[in-house]
Amino acid sequence: MASVLRMTGDLAVAEDAVQEACLAALAQWPDRGWPDQPRAWLTGVARHKAVDLIRREAARSRKEAAAMRDLAAAGPPEPEPGLWPWPSAPPSAPGRPAGIGGLGDDELGLIFMCCHPALALEARVALTLRCVCGLSTAQIAAGFLVPEATMARRLSRAKAKIADSGIRLRQPAPDELPSRLAAVLRVTYLVFTEGHKASRGPDLVRGELCDAALRLARGLAALLPGEPEVAGLLALLLLTDARRAARTGPDGELVLLEDQDRSRWDQAMISEGERLLVGALRAGRPGPYQLHAAIAGCHSTSPDAASTDWREIAALYGELIRYEPSPVVEANRAIAVAMSEGPAAGLVILDAVGHHPQLSRWPQLHLARADLLARLGRTADAVAAYRAALELEPTAPERDFIARRIRELGTGLP
Amino acid sequence: MKYLLLLNTPDDGLPAEGTAEYADTYVRYSTAMGAMAQAGVLIECRPLRASSSATTVRVRDGETLLTDGPAAEIKEQVGGYALIECADLDDALKWAATIPAAEVGSVEVRAIVDTPPPAPR
Repeated sequence: MASVLRMTGDLAVAEDAVQEACLAALAQWPDRGWPDQPRAWLTGVARHKAVDLIRREAARSRKEAAAMRDLAAAGPPEPEPGLWPWPSAPPSAPGRPAGIGGLGDDELGLIFMCCHPALALEARVALTLRCVCGLSTAQIAAGFLVPEATMARRLSRAKAKIADSGIRLRQPAPDELPSRLAAVLRVTYLVFTEGHKASRGPDLVRGELCDAALRLARGLAALLPGEPEVAGLLALLLLTDARRAARTGPDGELVLLEDQDRSRWDQAMISEGERLLVGALRAGRPGPYQLHAAIAGCHSTSPDAASTDWREIAALYGELIRYEPSPVVEANRAIAVAMSEGPAAGLVILDAVGHHPQLSRWPQLHLARADLLARLGRTADAVAAYRAALELEPTAPERDFIARRIRELGTGLP
Repeated sequence: MKYLLLLNTPDDGLPAEGTAEYADTYVRYSTAMGAMAQAGVLIECRPLRASSSATTVRVRDGETLLTDGPAAEIKEQVGGYALIECADLDDALKWAATIPAAEVGSVEVRAIVDTPPPAPR
């Protein structure tokens, strides 16, 4: 897709061309057998389809000339690193696409284009899932619980803005890279968090979004091996997603971190995440994703809940506040402080940040307060805090969890 | 691609000529626009008279309606414009950020549909 886009400069044409090439493959490969280089075959066919599409639009005569020239100059299609799935080779393997001046430039350019900060955040997320991760519009709509027509409109508006406003497929200049990369990492992180803990709907976890985010992070890490924050993000996703199987019970109900069966955590993902994080930290350029990963690592490498190093986690959150001065981070620090120094100390911090308007709509704040209040024996206050969380309409498994806790506190729902 | 940069400022109109504020504004804008000219992206730029001097024209059912003042009363008014030509949106955004109006107000970056104006008959 990226290489067709490089040729046409038009996202809509490139997308249609790739789709037609895939249809052609579906029609031909079962009968004639798989080509030796399936990816090169697809790229070649897609390029020809793109030229056809452009030709059909007479108004685009100038682009056609450019495309024909490019195609003629390119000669027969050569094997090239495609976009997805990413090569599974270890970071040191030769022939791996390396970004900024290397083989993976088109792929990176496409990601930077889809995550362009001039696009609305939700448009960036949708476009990246569609054009980079290859999810269908229906899948993306399902992932974010919006009607498919709404998602289709969001995608076409985003594509129109790219074409009309002149966002081009290109690498950010070195001075632009930090801010542009931050936008890409944010999109990847957002896709993951929505998958890891859906904000609405019947399910707590939406695995296809977690998988898409992991693929994206792996791709970025392969393309930008020298960026510690990219490795930090991949480490964070691995260390967190390793717990996926243990996070829900047999009926999809929420299982708290402290109650999870740690033997069901994916040890391969944890050790890969740890390895990546250690490598990233060695660069001496810390950042929010490395800190988030270090926090996730504290949990994932702890043999049981009781031996969690909450003092270290509280310190890491304290460090994180320097990068993300948000009440959510402050609230998380409060929880860690409560775990290491007792619920009263944590409650002081929580109550100090609890009045923030952003935070009062965040169910986790009320859940954390409720937990601390219950530990302090303030049962009535704890129940009130649980009810406040219920009013924010969390996902069904969370609702059940809260109802259970209220029952355990011996009050019962009215 | 050509872009029209709309310079929105909270202050309506230029400061009075001869004041220190006028001199300061002049220097800051000359520096920003001079850099664009130097880079070969600037086509033209001008400040506008105060929005209080604007007249808004609407034609409804064949009748021309005139309103004293700008089309919309908002906190920021278009106080000037720059027409530039550069490679892509990223370049245009970078130049937009160098204009003083971006610090106190905003700069709206609009891509121009590249059709030539109709020839005089």
